[in-house]
Amino acid sequence: MRDFEYQKPKTVTEARDAFNAQSDGSFLAGGQTLIPVMKQGLAMPSGVIDLSVIEDLQGITVTDGSLSIGAMTTHAEVAASPEVQKAIPALAGLAGGIGDPQVRNRGTLGGSLANNDPAADYPAAVLALSAAVLTDKRRIPADGFFTGMFETALDEGELITGVEFRVADRAAYAKFPNPASRYAMAGVFVARVDGAVRVAVTGAGPGVFRVAEMEAALDKDFQASALKGITVPEDDLLADIHASAGYRAHLIVVMAGRAVDAANGKGGGA
Amino acid sequence: MPKIALRVNSQPVSHDVEGRLLLVDFIREVLGLTGTHVGCDTSQCGACVVHVNGQPVKSCTMLAVQADGADITTIEGVSPEDGLNPLQQAFHEKHGLQCGFCTPGMVMTAMALIQDNPDPSDADIRHGLEGNLCRCTGYQNIVEAVRAGAKVMRG
Repeated sequence: MRDFEYQKPKTVTEARDAFNAQSDGSFLAGGQTLIPVMKQGLAMPSGVIDLSVIEDLQGITVTDGSLSIGAMTTHAEVAASPEVQKAIPALAGLAGGIGDPQVRNRGTLGGSLANNDPAADYPAAVLALSAAVLTDKRRIPADGFFTGMFETALDEGELITGVEFRVADRAAYAKFPNPASRYAMAGVFVARVDGAVRVAVTGAGPGVFRVAEMEAALDKDFQASALKGITVPEDDLLADIHASAGYRAHLIVVMAGRAVDAANGKGGGA
Repeated sequence: MPKIALRVNSQPVSHDVEGRLLLVDFIREVLGLTGTHVGCDTSQCGACVVHVNGQPVKSCTMLAVQADGADITTIEGVSPEDGLNPLQQAFHEKHGLQCGFCTPGMVMTAMALIQDNPDPSDADIRHGLEGNLCRCTGYQNIVEAVRAGAKVMRG
């Protein structure tokens, strides 16, 4: 790994200044992707700005139909949070199924979203729960945040400060993890938020996406049986040594059904 | 070069380190505590698991500078002066290892698991050990060892 200048700012403003002072700066959240990528030489930042002691990026609060989680909250903290378990149990469940316990103790919500790995779990929750990604500059609705594989609407140096989720009246996440890496080969988050159903799929395509046909069917009848006959086109799905596009297309429908069942209290889910 | 000050197995330690130095390399190369292993070096295998402020983490995927101010426990810090702690003893008795390379990480992860959940089911144990790979045992005896160790530990 190439060496770099290491900084640990105490405020968001200091973090931004530190970033701007670098020719090629990188924010360090939990480091569960950045450090492996730096070890491989795929990222060689001139400066690493560690966000771990910035208080404004911490904390979980519930207000009027919304759940706000600070960007530096770890997956383990989200999974164990009584506030999250009460407001959106499916989100706590999702966080408790990311990677493995060691990754969950370091990895963060903000880091996962900024990275936007096509097989990450959180993007499915953010998109299905109609969340807003909060940054040091603005509020970005989920529908406009994920722009492609490892791509987001974040500007250079823009820092995620937290995420505001809508509290769903029904929600569940079901994923089929790769048995070795635990990354989703297909993960489906189904949520009914403010009366409308949203279905978001991760792991199967180059980025998280919604399935309009499933949403329309579930709007009419929120039962797994409503998904009968719906297929997802393979054309835009991933194909690799782990699964073909056709297999992933099939998994999406199966996982969506399991998520709906789980949302209705019929077991299953991740 | 950043200077870090931390506690490792209850001993205060301070050292100048390069930003890029991994925590596992600090533990092994600087402190000479070689019970913490490097298996895959890609955050998959869990041989490098140590506790940072009581929580198991993969020390190959954390920088030493990130441990500034932290309380670290390695496998050397969980054993009595001579002999084995109850969980290590259970690994021995239940044949929870063959080559033993993964064992320090297994023990560190399982100790944290038992701390959170003193009476884990087999499913809890398997879910809790998802981040630790063993290429010898097939896991069956590891699960038995953790269950037996947990029983002794909760008294």
